[in-house]
Amino acid sequence: MQIYILTRLGQGVLTLLVLSLIVFMSVHLSGDPALLLMPPDYTEADYQQVRENLGLNRPIIIQYATFLGNAVRGDFGKSLTTRRPARDMLVERIPATLQLAGAGMLLAIVMGIPLGILSAVKKDSLLDKLVKLFAIVGIGAPQFWVAIMLILVFGGILQWLPTFGRGGPSHFILPSFVLAWSIMAGMMRLGRSSMLEVLDSEFVKFARAKGLVETLVIWKHALRNAMIPLVTFGGISLAGLLNGTIVIEVVFAWPGVGLLMLEGVAQRNFPIVEATVLTSGFFYILTSLIVDILYVYIDPRIKYS
Amino acid sequence: MARTTLTKSYSFGRITRLLSGKTKLPWIPIIILSVMVICAIFAPLLTPYEPTHKDIINSRIGPAEISAYPLGTDILGRDILSRLIFGARTTVYISIVALATGAVVGTVLGLIAGYLEGWLGAMIMRFADAVMGFPTILVALIIVVLLGQGTGNIIIAVAVTVWARFARMIRADVLSVKERDYVVLAQIAGVAPPMIICRHIFPNVVNTLMVLTSLQVGQVILLEASLSFLGLGLEPGSPAWGIMVAEGRDVILDMWWLSLFPGIAITVVVMAFNFFGDWLRDFLDPKLRRA
Repeated sequence: MQIYILTRLGQGVLTLLVLSLIVFMSVHLSGDPALLLMPPDYTEADYQQVRENLGLNRPIIIQYATFLGNAVRGDFGKSLTTRRPARDMLVERIPATLQLAGAGMLLAIVMGIPLGILSAVKKDSLLDKLVKLFAIVGIGAPQFWVAIMLILVFGGILQWLPTFGRGGPSHFILPSFVLAWSIMAGMMRLGRSSMLEVLDSEFVKFARAKGLVETLVIWKHALRNAMIPLVTFGGISLAGLLNGTIVIEVVFAWPGVGLLMLEGVAQRNFPIVEATVLTSGFFYILTSLIVDILYVYIDPRIKYS
Repeated sequence: MARTTLTKSYSFGRITRLLSGKTKLPWIPIIILSVMVICAIFAPLLTPYEPTHKDIINSRIGPAEISAYPLGTDILGRDILSRLIFGARTTVYISIVALATGAVVGTVLGLIAGYLEGWLGAMIMRFADAVMGFPTILVALIIVVLLGQGTGNIIIAVAVTVWARFARMIRADVLSVKERDYVVLAQIAGVAPPMIICRHIFPNVVNTLMVLTSLQVGQVILLEASLSFLGLGLEPGSPAWGIMVAEGRDVILDMWWLSLFPGIAITVVVMAFNFFGDWLRDFLDPKLRRA
């Protein structure tokens, strides 16, 4: 187990290194950052001065080493547009993204798992069919479009909910629902199939045979066993939430890391791109690692060697 | 000899099963996908206008207001219906090329990684893990930053995120196939490894390859649309469904039809592909149903 954790940690660090190299190279090969900083009427001397200040005249290997050394300490340089440290701009945005991701995950769990279980218990009922339809559309419809349509209906026509920015609890409803929908859909489908499988197993038949109340059979004996694949799926989705938050932050003008990242890409603001991409990668690897380790405690049958 | 006869009778069985009419074909997805492919191939013949044709006098026309523009026009007076049909062409072209590239690269690397388990195989799988270890949009975003916008680059971005899934699945299949007696016997007989892979192993992973491909199409279309929506894909103004949704975003309250129709197109097509992929999986390989 310790060896497994150490190996995974090593792999994670290696992946981050590869990511940092790719990000560094892509930013530095795709255009001259110094040119972006120049005023319209600059002279050759000004240009050389800026290159000198940014350290762009040194060999690329040295630049990468400096970049890496600074990045480990959380120093990504100053934003090219606002002249503020990229780290500060990033840190301001992290709470917004975490809150959005947390709200989305909570909604997916609270709605997805019970509905999936219920549709297995009441197989082929109207509820089962509605849940199935809801899941199919959730997996097929692009998030950015669902978001815009919800803005049209709830923000425009009905005027019930705020449609952009971060504020009170009502600001969370639309973005977290869009973020949660596809994960919810997965949980419903998986919850249903895994519950059906468990309900068909010997120990459930035995529990019924000895005369246990059906409610107890389902919610105590069956549910506990049906949860294992759901926890796995939840772990994978947690890490994948980042995918969704980028798109949703853009549509709802949610001031999070994803929005900052895209603004950075659009303005070729390389300190921002490096800071956001590397931090996202770091969180992603960390989450996957924690989830993998947690499995062992949830399902004692899993053994890592 | 024995192997070929077996494979043949098996695939004949499948075809007779299809022709006998006992298998229920997923007609609705098949019809939707056929319509889409026809739109993609014959787009210039089917559309009343060029996708970039601007009719400033008739701009901002709502759906069904003027018979000349059944689905309305956008801010610049471009016909929504024509752009939708050309959008089908963009989607089909990008997803086919990107998916084919990813599938071929992933299959070849998966075959190699599965057959040669040494350092080369380990290295391929570490790369696959690294790609799969990141959210697809993040990977694609880095590639677009590196290479810039454009059809070719969006295809590369999608292919890079897709190949790793193929490599992983194919490798897992190869690991079990290569333990079978006929492979071991071929090795003893001294058949060269490339020959063993092509003749004896590859035919046994074709099922997995087909199922995985059909299940990935929907994901690829969604990824391409998301990238286009975020402005990371094709040039602004191109007739792509993701870009059309983005163009309608700022005027959604006044001109709802700009975003509504392309979004419906994406949803319907992705759902059709997902249904078809599920059906194909059950038809070709009922064992995979649980996976």
